[in-house]
Amino acid sequence: MFELFSTMTALLRRDLTLSARLGGGGLLAVIFFIIVVSMVPFGVGPEGALLSKIAAGMIWVGVVLSMLLSLDRLFQADFEDGTLDLLMLSSLPKGALVLVKCTAHWLTTGLPLIVASPILAILLQLPDGLLGPLLVGLLVGTPAMSLIGAIGASLTVGLRRGGLLLSLLVLPLQVPVLIFGVAAAKSEALWSPSHMLLAAVTLMTLVVSPLASGAALKLNMT
Amino acid sequence: MFKLNFELANPKRFMDLSAKLLPWIWVIAVGLLGTGLYMALFVAPPDYQQGETVRMMFIHVPAASMATMVYMFMAASSAVALIMKHPLADMAAKAAAPIGAGYTLLALITGSLWGKPMWGTWWVWDARLTSVLVLFFLYIGYMALWEAMEEPVKAAKAAAVLCLVGVVNIPVIKFSVEWWNTLHQPTSLAKMDGPAIHSSMLWPLAIMALAYGALFVALLLLRMRTEILKRRVRSLQLSRARAAVQAGAA
Repeated sequence: MFELFSTMTALLRRDLTLSARLGGGGLLAVIFFIIVVSMVPFGVGPEGALLSKIAAGMIWVGVVLSMLLSLDRLFQADFEDGTLDLLMLSSLPKGALVLVKCTAHWLTTGLPLIVASPILAILLQLPDGLLGPLLVGLLVGTPAMSLIGAIGASLTVGLRRGGLLLSLLVLPLQVPVLIFGVAAAKSEALWSPSHMLLAAVTLMTLVVSPLASGAALKLNMT
Repeated sequence: MFKLNFELANPKRFMDLSAKLLPWIWVIAVGLLGTGLYMALFVAPPDYQQGETVRMMFIHVPAASMATMVYMFMAASSAVALIMKHPLADMAAKAAAPIGAGYTLLALITGSLWGKPMWGTWWVWDARLTSVLVLFFLYIGYMALWEAMEEPVKAAKAAAVLCLVGVVNIPVIKFSVEWWNTLHQPTSLAKMDGPAIHSSMLWPLAIMALAYGALFVALLLLRMRTEILKRRVRSLQLSRARAAVQAGAA
């Protein structure tokens, strides 16, 4: 048990170090997020009333797209240089491997996006009372996006042009997260029923994703 | 039951049996479809509120129910393929997908055509329409994954995993979308106190539902036969290429 835990932390530390030294990933996702959400006023017009009405939804859509953008690298880099083969041969259970990868992805992509979202809340004139509920909702909901994304990433690992297919597989499954996330942001409470439903979706994916992604990795590596 | 199962699992036996059955299933499917369409379009009375547009329902409702049932069938086949390594199960799931997607698209299009005179707009983001749309996306993703992977064995497993993830998520998606918005009229068939629909409309509807089911079985068997032949051609081509390489080396 302790050995498993130390293997997982070692792997997590490796992934975080890699993303910190190589740069790119997380920061690029944040910049993409800011740019894509800044496009909204150009699309719908600069009216403050309209913008503040759709702000929460646009921020959530932006987060979904930005998380998606970095997903195709989740297992791909390790697949290309052979690390994934070694990881699959090690004693580490497949589910644990998936959980570590998702944690690293969330820490390097999800968390920076959440940190950046207040800036976009200002730009889109999100009503003051909604920022807290939005941030809590993002904290609760973004792990589900990493976990659902891992299913798509593990299914398409090793495929040429897997990125586009990945979004096709993952986006329909993100619908509940998006719905409950936006509802949570509009609930004007820091912990509303919508937040709880969002947490339920995250907990469910926490069970489903390691199983499914583990199976998908196994079949793709043989 | 199990014995029959194993006999059918043999592709050769499946080819023999399906070749015998298929013409009969086609006759049943075409017959039911003809009768159902005639009753729906000419015999059934126009609705007192919806007028002639109610005839769209006979095409739409069975298609919508087939959309989910075919996905359930795919999920069951995928589970059998993953757990029991049944050689025909993954072919069944693969063969069912485009048929299910077709029914889903039919439900979406007829729903949209019906919505224009009834709701005054082609499309509304109502709960049922939206969840059927998401279901359509799930079908597309499933078929795209099959297309993207070259090796059939690997593709079968990957698609099966995706299909099972989808089937776990369908109730969640359905609940979330319903919770998000509801405008569509609730179902009038499956009620505790019997269907809330007159028998003059229930009969064409029931026949159309059976026709769609028979059509599904006919198309499924046809597609599975094609798939088996395709794989035979593939393995023949591979062994031929191997022989050519060996001849070249010698």
